[in-house]
Amino acid sequence: MSTTTIDSHSQPAPARRPLLRRLIGFNLLSAVVLGVGGYYLGWFIGHQVSTGKSFEFISATDENDVALLLAYLFGVAGFLIGLGFANYPVSRLLGKPASLREKEDEGIGRYFGLCTDHKVVGMQYMVGIGLFFFIAGLNAMLIRTELLHSTPTTIAPNQYLSLVGMHGAMMMGVMTSAVLGPFANYFVPIMIGARRMAFPRVEALTFWLLMAAGFILVSTIFFGGFPTGWTGYEPLNDQAVMGMDSYICFFALVGLSMTLLGLNMIATIITMRAPGLTWSRLPIFVWSVLATSVLMVLAAPMLIATLAMAALDRTINTTFFVPAGGGSSYLFENLFWFFGHPEVYILALPGFGIVLELLPVFTRKPLWGYRLAVSGMLGVTLLSFFVWQHHLFVSGINADLRPFYMLSTEIISIPTGFIFLCVMGTLWKARSSFSVPMLFCLAWAFNFLIGGLSGVFLSDTPSDTDTHGSFFVMAHFHYTIMGGLIFTFFAAIYYWVPKMTGLRFNELLAKWHFWLMFVAFNSTFMPLFVLGMKGMPRRVSSYAPNLHGLNVWVSISAFVLGVSMLIFLVNAVYSMLVARLPAAANPWRSKSLEWQVPTPVPVNNFEQIPVIDSDPYDYGTPLPARGPTGGAEPAAAGV
Amino acid sequence: MAETNHARRFTILWVVASLIATPLVIVLLGPILPPGKGSEQAAGHVTDNTVLLGMATPVLLLVVLYLLYAVIVFRQPKGGVLEGPAVRGNQRIQTVWIVVTSLLVLALAAYGTVRLEEDGSGSGGGPSPVAVPGGKKLQVQVIAQQWEFTYRFPEYGGVEVPHLELPVNQMVELHVTSLDVIHSFWAYQLGVKADANPNIDNIVFVKPTREQTFELRCSELCGIWHGAMFDHGHVVSRAAFDAWIAEQQATYAAATKALPPYSKTYLPEPTRRAE
Repeated sequence: MSTTTIDSHSQPAPARRPLLRRLIGFNLLSAVVLGVGGYYLGWFIGHQVSTGKSFEFISATDENDVALLLAYLFGVAGFLIGLGFANYPVSRLLGKPASLREKEDEGIGRYFGLCTDHKVVGMQYMVGIGLFFFIAGLNAMLIRTELLHSTPTTIAPNQYLSLVGMHGAMMMGVMTSAVLGPFANYFVPIMIGARRMAFPRVEALTFWLLMAAGFILVSTIFFGGFPTGWTGYEPLNDQAVMGMDSYICFFALVGLSMTLLGLNMIATIITMRAPGLTWSRLPIFVWSVLATSVLMVLAAPMLIATLAMAALDRTINTTFFVPAGGGSSYLFENLFWFFGHPEVYILALPGFGIVLELLPVFTRKPLWGYRLAVSGMLGVTLLSFFVWQHHLFVSGINADLRPFYMLSTEIISIPTGFIFLCVMGTLWKARSSFSVPMLFCLAWAFNFLIGGLSGVFLSDTPSDTDTHGSFFVMAHFHYTIMGGLIFTFFAAIYYWVPKMTGLRFNELLAKWHFWLMFVAFNSTFMPLFVLGMKGMPRRVSSYAPNLHGLNVWVSISAFVLGVSMLIFLVNAVYSMLVARLPAAANPWRSKSLEWQVPTPVPVNNFEQIPVIDSDPYDYGTPLPARGPTGGAEPAAAGV
Repeated sequence: MAETNHARRFTILWVVASLIATPLVIVLLGPILPPGKGSEQAAGHVTDNTVLLGMATPVLLLVVLYLLYAVIVFRQPKGGVLEGPAVRGNQRIQTVWIVVTSLLVLALAAYGTVRLEEDGSGSGGGPSPVAVPGGKKLQVQVIAQQWEFTYRFPEYGGVEVPHLELPVNQMVELHVTSLDVIHSFWAYQLGVKADANPNIDNIVFVKPTREQTFELRCSELCGIWHGAMFDHGHVVSRAAFDAWIAEQQATYAAATKALPPYSKTYLPEPTRRAE
């Protein structure tokens, strides 16, 4: 594929253009200008088309969902055009030669616009996602501040629900790409020996769509927020004020970004592997990215369709989800969770991949049970489409089918168990060193175990009757998502960022971050199991006074958890911007391909496409021939 | 130096720990597990939760002890660059693991199914539940709306009351529905939870087994006062219930006449913008 691209290095560097010329090009400034312009254009058109008598409820309440949704759509279109996403198709339509690469040679400026270099997009994702992770984390701090009191005190009830919804939607939406965005975009092409992604422009589009989506969600605070939490259940959704449109537009854009990201990853991994990189030599992280991408491509379009129906209900008075008009609240629940359950595995699978990818490096052993790990991931991928109604055990929907969903939900723990066996097998008789990434991986094993075992209580319909919709569920999915995804996200940061930036983190601060985060995380979420079992429902700002003490404990732990994130932030700013100590070329002595290329990674990744002759887990001392079971340590290793 | 048999040592450690911990967990935690024994269904949940906890304990110990064992024993010496053994798997262990986890999972699903189909387990069973307990049942309709539950007794002239009282040792057939958005009717001590959807008649059975006060909550986000959708219900003797319902019929006689006739569901016009 690379034969068709113009090698930009062979051309002389263009002369530096004058400042004014640079400012009126396609960059972040023009994007913001056109975005704001598009927003007001959409707002204007929306008001022109929807002043007729058929929209009585709008004139009655001084709200205009049509205008706001059009404003968002026009705004996003303007934003993308301003970034330069229209240049390529327009040039091609006009028959002019189009630039195949965007901004790849510019200096720092390439990070602030449409760039087709997968490494730049990876860094953009890292910072962009970090920003929204921080905002969503602050929401969580505010939620816990309110829960210091058993009645609404600090925050008004509608604001409280908006905070809960923003926290949930941000974490489930933007953070979906927490691993695939920064790390898969950056490292998958390098790990498979490719020079770029299959669709570099689409790759850049996924990032900018996600950023637009994030700001749209934040803008909900100007339109009254939304009361539904991240699930957006109907008919509450239909009844909500204009802030709900922000949620709808946000999640639809996230869905679009996820679908495109997944398609791009699948195409890249299938078609662009280096010679010799057979499926059985593919790094396990790449397998997890492939599995996640399949889920994204199959599940996310469902979300977009569902939200489009919700938007139509809210704007032109269709009644997909309004029972009085023949619609059904069950329909929304079904459609949403058909996306929503694969979504939680979209969050979990990259974590599996990171843990299994990093363990061999830190245990100095090959990955134990490679095929088992791959089948575990593929098994989870397949089964995750057959479990969604376990979210609806008490809803009365298809009640006769509950035994089936109970069975399918419990069966999915079998492939998940494979991952645990592979982790345990790799740790056996290892030579483990406990660097910070390794600590985060081990913490994953503990957290995900708790998450998985608490899931057994939720998968069992009789037992779920007590825990459904309570803090127990909340604790469960924070153990699987925060304990599963965010811990491995940080493992990946400490492991790979020294490669991405060529700079190393402060080890002491990193250790403080880990231990404080691990302890505070468990201290925050373990008591939530108890609160749930004692009957505290989710998403409430008033609760039973006898649960006050435990809630205060949880809030204080959550604040400590917040402090641990601040330590990370301080470390990142200090290490990457202030101290700037160079990292070793291969500090973890990894045998994986990404550590064999120079730092910083050249624009084309490889001078010559490598030929792969083994998987990247060629660690360890070969065993003396002793028998089929193996496991005996060679004498030389017994220092 | 004699080689330590780590596999044997760890297995003994795990088996001993499980043999001690599992009975302790069942005996100490079992009786205090939610939701208590306020009804046949709730007592069933206590049993289920105890069984699940009993099964989870050895699994938890297996992984946690393993992690601790591996972290403590299989270390790189300080500053060392030793490599571990190049073991890439073990077919026998993998097979055993797959078989054991599959059996555990199938046993759990079978147990859950049997328990569910006995009496519906206090979980919303939809408009035509499969498991219907025999005998005479008291019909109570739970009507959810933003932000309160009201209760209608079709056998008592369709009277609608703002608070719930139930007779003890009487199988109750709850019909849960909503007038606006999705709510969920949660009677904590009775082990009952059933979503209230507009236009849906969600049926759930419960038989309170002792006189008590129980908590009623909404457990599905339904708008800003979701958390305040709370009440106490009472389980009382048959005589007290008869007296109470007669009194309610008298108090709400005029209101009952004004109400729409008793129906499985009600479909008022949707509120497009509530505030």
